Amino acid sequence: MNHFEVFGLPRRLHIDGAELQRRFYELSRRYHPDFHHAASPEAQAQALEASARLNAAYRALRDPIARVEYLVRLEEGRETREGATVKPQAPPELLAEMFEIQEALAEAKTGTLDDATRQTLREQRDRLRERQAAEEARLVGPLSRAWDAGETSERAAALRAFKESLATRAYLRTVIGDLDEALTDAMASEAPPAR
Amino acid sequence: MSERIVGIDLGTTNSLVGYVDERTGLPRVIPDAEGHALLPSIVSFTPAGVLVGEAARRQLVRQPASTVYSVKRFMGRGYEDVKDELCYFPFRVCEGEGTVRLGVGDREVTPPEVSAVILRSLRERAEAHFGEPIEKAVVTVPAYFNDGQRQATRDAGRIAGLDVVRIVNEPTAASLAYGLQKLHEGVIAVYDLGGGTFDISILRVRDGIFEVLATNGNTRLGGDDFDRAMVIWLLEDIRERHGVYLGQDAEAMQELRLAAEAAKIRLSGEERTRLTLPFEGFTYHRDVARADVETLIGPLVERTLAPCRAALADAGLEASDIDHVVLVGGSTRVPLVRRRVEGLFGKTAHSQINPDEVVALGAAVQGSILGGGITDMLLLDVTPLSLGIETLGGVVSVLISRNTTIPTSAREMFTTSVDGQTVVDMHVLQGERELVKDCRSLARFELRGIDPMPAGMPKIEVTFLIDANGILQVTAREQRTDKAASIEVRPTYGLSETDVERMVEESFEHAEADVEARMLIEARNEAYTVLTHVRRALGQGGALVSGEERARIEAAVAELERARAGEARDAIRDLTSDLNRATEHLAELMMDAALRGALESRRAEDL
Repeated sequence: MNHFEVFGLPRRLHIDGAELQRRFYELSRRYHPDFHHAASPEAQAQALEASARLNAAYRALRDPIARVEYLVRLEEGRETREGATVKPQAPPELLAEMFEIQEALAEAKTGTLDDATRQTLREQRDRLRERQAAEEARLVGPLSRAWDAGETSERAAALRAFKESLATRAYLRTVIGDLDEALTDAMASEAPPAR
Repeated sequence: MSERIVGIDLGTTNSLVGYVDERTGLPRVIPDAEGHALLPSIVSFTPAGVLVGEAARRQLVRQPASTVYSVKRFMGRGYEDVKDELCYFPFRVCEGEGTVRLGVGDREVTPPEVSAVILRSLRERAEAHFGEPIEKAVVTVPAYFNDGQRQATRDAGRIAGLDVVRIVNEPTAASLAYGLQKLHEGVIAVYDLGGGTFDISILRVRDGIFEVLATNGNTRLGGDDFDRAMVIWLLEDIRERHGVYLGQDAEAMQELRLAAEAAKIRLSGEERTRLTLPFEGFTYHRDVARADVETLIGPLVERTLAPCRAALADAGLEASDIDHVVLVGGSTRVPLVRRRVEGLFGKTAHSQINPDEVVALGAAVQGSILGGGITDMLLLDVTPLSLGIETLGGVVSVLISRNTTIPTSAREMFTTSVDGQTVVDMHVLQGERELVKDCRSLARFELRGIDPMPAGMPKIEVTFLIDANGILQVTAREQRTDKAASIEVRPTYGLSETDVERMVEESFEHAEADVEARMLIEARNEAYTVLTHVRRALGQGGALVSGEERARIEAAVAELERARAGEARDAIRDLTSDLNRATEHLAELMMDAALRGALESRRAEDL
């Protein structure tokens, strides 16, 4: 049983969040091991399994981006590993800027950053965050709608678009994380010790 | 009828037991014979026997080397984890296989065995209260406890003869106690600062469902650390003013620790207090202001705020989204703690329910839910730490992310990398870091008995399931043959099954501080069981015997009930046997009737 089936939903990306939560609570009351405590060991094991399946399904579906990630895995027949399995990929239009950032990050590893570089990195980080937000809006907006509306023949193309978008997002997240780290470290090494 | 399951708060400093009153539907804590609800979590191993609670507390200064306190800090831990704080403990802490061992007098004990002494004492308290055996309990742990610490808590229950039917997180238990009184609905932040641990949990409460959205914490931060900061400060002050350094004197250190703790507690209500401590050769006087203590503990209180922010971020919420803030744990009585928490969330914090008792009350509520008493409440808790497996290059691959609702499971395929390989190793870890060396090793699993095949051919599906206790279960299945694969588990920390079994047996030899009292309770329990059976038998088959025989049985019941209320163990035993004998005939008649009934219904079917 896949995560959509657990909730009796079609394999579509538009899901009403409030309705999903209501169903989740309702099914939790049915399956949660707390309500099967006095049952036979077999019935308890069944409740445990059903409850675990329900919780995993809710987690995968309640967040629109996790939902896309899950759909991609499901369509490709890889249902096992949690988390993104896409390889991070730099968006082509940002390649030049990325080169610059990577250089500054390498520099941050060996020594401290000067104020001007830090300021530049902060601005770049803010731009990347905006770019990530835009990518996410595209994923849960037009791309998700295209999947829901699409004919079977167009699904391969839609899946490719999801994967490219997820790869871009994964890349942006990694770089933003690196920038966060470099900027915090830089601050910590300059600030006087706490006591 | 619902089953009796008590709730136990096994705390760093104090422990309590509670139950839900069937008449009122409200949870209550059970006091001891002197009326105290709190049992100090202290165990003293004296030549005369094992003491627990207040009696053990009196040994702290007299017998520091064989009196164990704050044992919760050692549960599920290895020597490496605790070695930097050992200088603060007067008892020996030694390296053991999988777990630390505590040297007390001439013997060594494990943390679960010490906790078991506390649990047994609470169990006996509950048995004395109900006059019947108590076998099942819900036991609480800090939300941020890892798998090993939870296992250790469950082992402690087993050693104490308790079936720990559920491990519940302390802040969520507290939310149940508040929720039962319908005090708060909406999004709640529970800030729980106890004697040795800190938790923050963020929950959504709606229509009787308590859904934990995120949890975070620090299992080595609490009131103990406040006391420690004060002791270090006092040690320096004594050195300056009296030229004596008391850091190496175990008895003096205990006096100082207890005095610091008492002063801290007084300063929650007063602005100033005075310490007077007689030591050998001098008496130490010192005025302490609340501001002094706040300077000392300020950085520690500050350390609780980062986990709060992280939990908010994981829940996808801002501080302003929180509808109610609830304070739990004795350390939240410290005014600075309250100020910082209220500052962070921008609201007044609640503490209507006694912060020392609220966790035990919530555990009792969970016990009643499991026992079938309360049916309209459901707790959906989460796993505090991500669970993953080691992959190439010492990197952790996450299978179950932190803050996933439990129970939950993840599946992963494994195969062989060498032709003819029959064993596959898995290393399971818990933690939020990318590298194996930065995460907590839970266990190594060995998949055995794989048919020899070319590399990559076997397909073994392994299911990692975190149950409602937050404890990992692993099962494996060979996909081609659909046969369950055999798994050998080697926990990195904790006791083996044989260890626990041995301790269950040994515990009866050592921990009988009061053998007489224990035997009296057992005799009463036995009497209770027989009385229950006889009453049921009289109800169902009373018409089968003559009025005279019935009167004889009823007289024996009344006599045993009278004896059971008293203290004479032998009389209870003898009257229990008498009642058993008096009902033998009735039992035979009932058995015959049951057989006849079965035969008749068989005949009816044949026709």
